[in-house]
Amino acid sequence: MTTPDTPYQLQPAKIRAEVFHLLPISLFVVAFGAAFGLAAVQAGLTPFEAALMSAAVFAGASQFAAIDMWGPEVAVLPMMLVVFAINARHLLMGASLYPLFNRLPAKQRYGVLLVLTDANWAVAAQDYQNGRHNLEVILGGGLVLWLAWIIGTLLGAYFGGLIADPKHLGMDMVLGCFLFAMALGGKKTPRTLVAWVVGGSAAMMAYWWLPPHSHVVVGALAGGCVGYCWLEKPASS
Amino acid sequence: MIDTTAGGIAALIAIMALVTLATRFGGVFLMSFVRISPRVEGFINAMASTVLIAIVVPLAFDGDLAARMALLVTAGVMLTTQKPLPAIASGVLVTALIRYIL
Repeated sequence: MTTPDTPYQLQPAKIRAEVFHLLPISLFVVAFGAAFGLAAVQAGLTPFEAALMSAAVFAGASQFAAIDMWGPEVAVLPMMLVVFAINARHLLMGASLYPLFNRLPAKQRYGVLLVLTDANWAVAAQDYQNGRHNLEVILGGGLVLWLAWIIGTLLGAYFGGLIADPKHLGMDMVLGCFLFAMALGGKKTPRTLVAWVVGGSAAMMAYWWLPPHSHVVVGALAGGCVGYCWLEKPASS
Repeated sequence: MIDTTAGGIAALIAIMALVTLATRFGGVFLMSFVRISPRVEGFINAMASTVLIAIVVPLAFDGDLAARMALLVTAGVMLTTQKPLPAIASGVLVTALIRYIL
């Protein structure tokens, strides 16, 4: 058992291995990226600007939402609010791995966080639930996902018209299935299941009745409250 | 309001990037002010897997038949085999099949 004070050593070989681990899902990210590139060009961005946005922002759902708000002028504050609301889940994702990030030197900590996104976090969170400490997947997996996102954006921006509708191929469900599989691969205790039911219900209520894009954060916080109130017996590991 | 001229677009991208960066850094940064008690640990552990559920549940409610079947099949394969790749692949395959047929 490592104490919170043991520094976390990022292992270069493991980072490389995680690049290949997330390569399959990255291929799907290329397809999403292409869909974004096409949408961005249709909204009036140049391919370079679309790729710049993908490189600098690297958060698909919020980029699609921003493109939706695009016009001759863009209202800055509403756009910031939408981007923040959609990406606020990153706050919770980072917080959930805090015990690991805390053991990295500050520069590495925030360096790794630059490429934090859903897919690599889901793997790290599942590993963490199963007792494995894996920040390498955030870095290695994040880098390959980031590159795939940029490459996809450029492909879509230049050749978007040629690509078949990714929805027909079920591409829009890849990330959903991936995240669901990661959730189910984690530790399933009665407490987790109750948290899921409470969190899932809260998410749906927020989805129907609260402002758009608030459901992920609302659901996750509700699930967290279950964990706060219902303590597990001290872990034996 | 920012005009979507070349400079305006660069500014908008920079603003989006900064807001997103704040969400990436913020969780870890804020947690450094919180004392990790067993309750806080319980909170973040339960929250962690619920994030995924909260993303997926609306997909099931709002999705078409293909989307729902995809999640169902993914769950079935994942729970029986514990292997993510076959689970995701069969989920996506089912989506494509149903959309092809309907």
